[in-house]
Amino acid sequence: MSRSRLEILAGLAGALLLVLIAWGVPWLRFVLTIALAKGITVLGILLLLRAGQVSFGHAMYVAIAAYTVAFVAPRMPEVLLLLPLAALASTAVGLVVGLFVMRYREIFFGMLNLALSMVFYSLLEKLYTITHGTDGIRLPVPTFLGQTLTGPTYEWAVFGIALVLAIGFALLVRVYLAAPLGQALAGIKTREARLEFMGVPARYVLLSAYALSALMAGCGGTIIALTSRHVTPALAYWTASGELVFIAILGGAGSVLGAFLGAVVYELTRVYAAANLADAWQLILGTVLLLVILFAPGGLVGMAQGLRRRKSA
Amino acid sequence: MSVLLSAQDLRLAFGGVKAADGINLDVMEREFLAIIGPNGAGKTTFINMSTGHLRPQGGSITYQGRQVLGMKPRDIVRMGIARSFQLPQLFTEHTVLENAAMAVAAREGTFSPFRPLLRPAFRAEAEALLERFGLTAAAHQRADALNEGTRKLTDIAMAVAMKPRLLLMDEPTSGVAAADKMAVVETLARVLREAGVTAVFVEHDMDVVARIADRVAVWGQGRIAALGPPEQVLSDPMVQRDVIGIQPGGGAHAAA
Repeated sequence: MSRSRLEILAGLAGALLLVLIAWGVPWLRFVLTIALAKGITVLGILLLLRAGQVSFGHAMYVAIAAYTVAFVAPRMPEVLLLLPLAALASTAVGLVVGLFVMRYREIFFGMLNLALSMVFYSLLEKLYTITHGTDGIRLPVPTFLGQTLTGPTYEWAVFGIALVLAIGFALLVRVYLAAPLGQALAGIKTREARLEFMGVPARYVLLSAYALSALMAGCGGTIIALTSRHVTPALAYWTASGELVFIAILGGAGSVLGAFLGAVVYELTRVYAAANLADAWQLILGTVLLLVILFAPGGLVGMAQGLRRRKSA
Repeated sequence: MSVLLSAQDLRLAFGGVKAADGINLDVMEREFLAIIGPNGAGKTTFINMSTGHLRPQGGSITYQGRQVLGMKPRDIVRMGIARSFQLPQLFTEHTVLENAAMAVAAREGTFSPFRPLLRPAFRAEAEALLERFGLTAAAHQRADALNEGTRKLTDIAMAVAMKPRLLLMDEPTSGVAAADKMAVVETLARVLREAGVTAVFVEHDMDVVARIADRVAVWGQGRIAALGPPEQVLSDPMVQRDVIGIQPGGGAHAAA
């Protein structure tokens, strides 16, 4: 079976498994929805990693969308309008910031993103009259196509949106990475000068990926806001950005599936570890990251591919 | 024959080193012009100025009558001037075929986010290109796993994929194993002649120069010391002494 077909099948099987878990273990529905939202966001981190760039500030785009939802929902609680509006807000900021950060590479790119996200975090924290500071903002119950849903129905609706977006963006990113524009991202990593001498403006190649990553982070942020129905500045804090990079490395930086596999494993581990080993769970996280980097640089997906190769050999 | 590229009174100094000290040079349509001279004479600088990589302090470079100075490399390549590099500039995580297809996609100018790079039309053209360069066997190797000769040819193939009218090559045979050198040069000359490409190339190997150049320009300290057909220039005593390194009384050693 071709690798690409296998990957799509594995993705669909994974999606089905998530639905079954969400159905069988109702309290995990919340966790899995958050995992899908983070997975969608991590797809954007993957795009930038493909260009050899690491952003330590992408939680800013998650937070921009989440706060957009929080500000708009009291006046217009329709989810199907909130989602595109919030995603658009993140994308617009991503385009403007991208015009600036696309000039920088590597450590400067990473640090600039970090710095901007921390400025945004401070604003969320300090502008109490608008943002309610660290207390955050609680969301009213939003509507779906005018219907007010409650309890499990609401949870299923948000989970469904997250799953559809996850599948949609996963397919989009796959297509994008195979197309010249996505391939040129790897060109930025290995030989940017060549792109210029082929007549390709490398900065705009990076900008397109950056804007797409902001769009996906915006969708992730919207889902997080709809799921937790409480947004706080912590969404934009640098550890939240670091978490996204962590998930990308854990899942496997080369793979679309890795983003979601990493996010689900991360969220489940976090929930169980935080419940049972509240004091030690960050220690566990650090150890796992070390082990992945040292022994499985391809992440979880890389390990799975290795097992499959060994089996067929 | 008409003038394709014309440099007038080009001047550029790096500190006290004059890389171009009043260069006047016309490149004629469809000729192969070799640039020879000692290291540091300003040969690569001339290519860098013609492709927008460096800006001279004075003078002008026109291509088909249009000023190219001040233009960005990517705009110059769109006018029909491509270049290859002394150190091959390949996308090292891609295969040779993908490298070639990237160049084809870049030339087409449709850097689509949706249709695959190796779509049938691009793949077919890239494969045909690699075949002309004798690179078919290496098509599916990653660019960082190639020997120097293959890397050089891939680099030049990518420049040719841009369908340039003028190709500037910086030491196309340096690093190529001596045994492969003439085969590489013959392949290259054949492909370029078939495509009707005008070529300017910096070269240190006088056998290569004598074999394929129509004219030779000798660079010395930012000036053109001699210019003419290879048989005339290469037999000039000044060129033999200062550039090729033939001492009076016999014994030759190539100027590295």
